[in-house]
Amino acid sequence: MANTMQFDLVSPERSLASLEATAVQLPGADGDMTAMPDHAPTITTLRPGLLKVQAPEGSSEYLVTGGFAQINGDGLSVLAEKAIPVAEVTRSHLDDLIAEARASHDAAKASDDQTIVDDAAKLLADMEALGAHMSL
Amino acid sequence: MPNLKDLKNRIESVKSTRKITKAMQMVAAAKLRRAQESAEASRPYAERFNAVMAGLAASVGGSDSAPKLLRGTGSDDVHLLVVMTAERGLCGGFNSNIAKLARQKADELRAKGKTVKVLTVGKKGRDALKRDFSDLFVGHVDLSEVKRIGYTNAQDIAKDVLSRFDASEFDVATIFYSKFVNVVTQIPTAQQVIPASFEDEAAGDDSGAVFDYEPSEEAILADLLPKGVATAIFSALLENGASEQGARMSAMDNATRNAGEMIDKLTIQFNRSRQAVITNELIEIISGAEAL
Repeated sequence: MANTMQFDLVSPERSLASLEATAVQLPGADGDMTAMPDHAPTITTLRPGLLKVQAPEGSSEYLVTGGFAQINGDGLSVLAEKAIPVAEVTRSHLDDLIAEARASHDAAKASDDQTIVDDAAKLLADMEALGAHMSL
Repeated sequence: MPNLKDLKNRIESVKSTRKITKAMQMVAAAKLRRAQESAEASRPYAERFNAVMAGLAASVGGSDSAPKLLRGTGSDDVHLLVVMTAERGLCGGFNSNIAKLARQKADELRAKGKTVKVLTVGKKGRDALKRDFSDLFVGHVDLSEVKRIGYTNAQDIAKDVLSRFDASEFDVATIFYSKFVNVVTQIPTAQQVIPASFEDEAAGDDSGAVFDYEPSEEAILADLLPKGVATAIFSALLENGASEQGARMSAMDNATRNAGEMIDKLTIQFNRSRQAVITNELIEIISGAEAL
């Protein structure tokens, strides 16, 4: 079994990473998951969150929002609408995300569907927790 | 025959024109490189995105539960033409070629009795279409303040288009832009974005792998289709950016060359006139001397 797999992280504006990784933790829409080599082929959408990449050369983290990941046996491609290396994330990035989450939460509150409200509330809480986690 | 002073002024004026066109050409060349780089940087995303979408669309597409953005509204009576052009002129036939293609399409659709709406991106396209279609304009996106096209610009346009779609303002959306081939060739292109079509990229890429979908295929598709519109618009904007600079570069190259030819011609004329004047003076002197 191969120890590594090809990992690509691309955003519309540029390609951020293309390397051999041992494991990648993704913020899937239905919950976090970790992809390792020979993972079953999967396509999942992403919620905004942290993407953690472990590679033989060391690990790295990215803040990703919106997009999806395509996993097949020998590789993983993450297509994110916005992807920023964690080192470059500033408070204002996060504020934007929180503002966005709050806006969608407010919009959801207007609707009757409880699940949408819950989802939006969770997203908002996630975003705030993320800020605390990164100690920004 | 124009007098010497006039000729001299004329030559000076053409020379300064040549300086301007030369400078514009060089600026365009520098910008072209940047534009080409960003167009290339965006390509991996667009390609993968389309490959995944093609796979999804193929598996969900036929069913009735497919999202409206893929299936269409069931009619094609109202067309939205999104005409993307540059904010500036002086780039050869770039803007007018796109406008011409859009105009053709609009006339064709109207001849068939369809309703046409026009959304313009970029000032020049708006100006070009204003005379014939000003009553069809539904909106305008101004990018003149934007230094470097980013994905957010595309998202804003996509949001605008999608909200109109949700409000059932149109059935089919087509974007018009210019595809960049090389500095001298740019192809005006029409691409339908709603309902989405992925035939070009379909098949082959996924090599038959069966994917698990999380959440369901339909949910993913519903999530991704709006992004597909933004992605298509983003690539079109970048292609347009590169095409614009390419077109401007070759137009300015031509202009510089023409100015050079003009200067040569005027210089010859100037020298001839100068000689004629000298000859005239000599004749006057000589005939004056002979008369004594």
